[in-house]
Amino acid sequence: MREIVMISGKGGTGKTCITAAFAHLADNAMVCDLDVDAPDLHMLLAPVVEEEHAFRSGHEAVINQERCTKCGVCAELCRFGAVREDQGKYAIDSLRCEGCKVCVHFCPEQAVDFVEKHCGLWFASIMRFGPMIHARLFPGEETSGRLVALLKKEARLRAKALGLSLILCDGTPGIGCPVISSLSGANLAVVVTEPTPSGRHDLERVADLCRHFRIPVAVIVNKFDLNPDNSRAIEAYCLENGHAALGMLPYDEEVTRAMVQAKCITECPTSTFGNDLREIWKKIMAHHVGYLPL
Amino acid sequence: MIFAVASGKGGTGKTTVITSLAAIWEGPVTLVDLDVEEPNLHLFLKPKVMRETAAMLEVPVHDSDKCNLCGECAMFCQYKALAIMGKTMLFYPEMCPGCGGCLKICPEGALSPGGREIGRIAEGQTEFGRFFMGRLRVGEAMSPPLMQQVKQRVVAQGSHAEMPGGIEGCVPDDVLIDAPPGVSCPAMHAVMDADAIVLVTEPTPFGLYDFRLAVEAFSIMHKPMGAVVNRDGIGDQGVEEYCRESGIPIWARIPNSLAVAQAYSRGEIVARKLPELNGIFQELKKRMRAAVTVSREVERA
Repeated sequence: MREIVMISGKGGTGKTCITAAFAHLADNAMVCDLDVDAPDLHMLLAPVVEEEHAFRSGHEAVINQERCTKCGVCAELCRFGAVREDQGKYAIDSLRCEGCKVCVHFCPEQAVDFVEKHCGLWFASIMRFGPMIHARLFPGEETSGRLVALLKKEARLRAKALGLSLILCDGTPGIGCPVISSLSGANLAVVVTEPTPSGRHDLERVADLCRHFRIPVAVIVNKFDLNPDNSRAIEAYCLENGHAALGMLPYDEEVTRAMVQAKCITECPTSTFGNDLREIWKKIMAHHVGYLPL
Repeated sequence: MIFAVASGKGGTGKTTVITSLAAIWEGPVTLVDLDVEEPNLHLFLKPKVMRETAAMLEVPVHDSDKCNLCGECAMFCQYKALAIMGKTMLFYPEMCPGCGGCLKICPEGALSPGGREIGRIAEGQTEFGRFFMGRLRVGEAMSPPLMQQVKQRVVAQGSHAEMPGGIEGCVPDDVLIDAPPGVSCPAMHAVMDADAIVLVTEPTPFGLYDFRLAVEAFSIMHKPMGAVVNRDGIGDQGVEEYCRESGIPIWARIPNSLAVAQAYSRGEIVARKLPELNGIFQELKKRMRAAVTVSREVERA
């Protein structure tokens, strides 16, 4: 079984639209939306939820006002500035609480409760191209890395049971906790970028991250015609650094129109963008099936 | 006044908005890049960096002579950053957010505070005012501790009375914060000290879905919030309808234009390159300020 993770560094480069199209083109794939922070893939793939599960992870501290003697030890010890004193009364700011348990453990009155957090929901679904695993983290929650790890584990188990050979994952922007988690165990990271200073800068950081974890990188330049010089420079950067340059896609408002109709761009037969994407997918599959160099 | 420019969905134009606001702002404005995973403001504002320092996190240093492998630290650690394997203590620094619990709990005094670099903080000057940027070390998972340190630096350098720890009575420059995309903990940390939040979105189904998540997440902070609809004209009416229904004011609409995208791709500040858009950003600034003024009056009353 092979795992492909779609990432971008910079947000809004077209990662999800391209992942949805690959989900359409792939045979025998388990699709997995790892962008648990702001998941969008379901809008194009319209999964029908078959299983819904609660995602619980980590704890948060809550001060029991009846037992609290207002000694202030918790506020002194908290490294995250999460204990707030207001007119002699102490309370935990749940947005700042990291769930480290220090205040719980060191409170001389055992007046701090440590409650498990219900952080989101995850789903096993079926959509028009096959099975899909996805989730929704409740806004403001912080255990996105753990949720990503859980989704990957479930996707692998189910793909194995169904005899599927490929897991196709949509990732998160950035280089932090959820991205690191989504790269774990991946065979290939496909980075979607754009020919802008931020697209290039963020590509380099996320490609360095992949190198750090020894995961091969393949790059797609989206909206290449916005700035052909920058696009060529990105290709040159890929060659120099041993990343595969998979191809370039034009700036095409048809992609937005397809999105509005909840369609994958490859489901619009006349789209050149869609046809270019088919060629790119063939390259990825040649590599995937035959272990050919990209 | 402190403004955070945020968005649920990435790539909706936060950088375009913030750099253009800087260009039309009257008087100096402090620019703070808290998108520490992928900071981009410097690519457009080209600051002169005067100082670059390491951001350190306090993590435990293990003394194997003193340690009797009792495992109290590993049992306490909520992040599984410490583990006992046979006769060795293992420490996974990337998992440690520096809560200091293990240092206090070790009965043998075998753990002492040490430092680990989680990123860099750059301080400098742009033509518009002071500039601060956090830059997470590649491979580092947690950005909030670095963001916290950047904020502390802004406070220390600017004596911002309005930020926690600021000095009373000092009249600070306005601050524009570039927040990371998304609605989980890094985004929340970036906006929590602002007086108002500018939410940049685009009028597409993805834009709307993530915009709603952002509104939902940020609403609990009870700060004034307004929307900027970027690439106006592309996509559909969903964002406009949602704003109308939920009472989120639209502070600006930036027309969908190839010229804007091309100017951005060349690293140019859009409001400067396309002066016809100046009025939009002037109006946006006016509304941002008015929203904070009104909310302060309400608070006082």
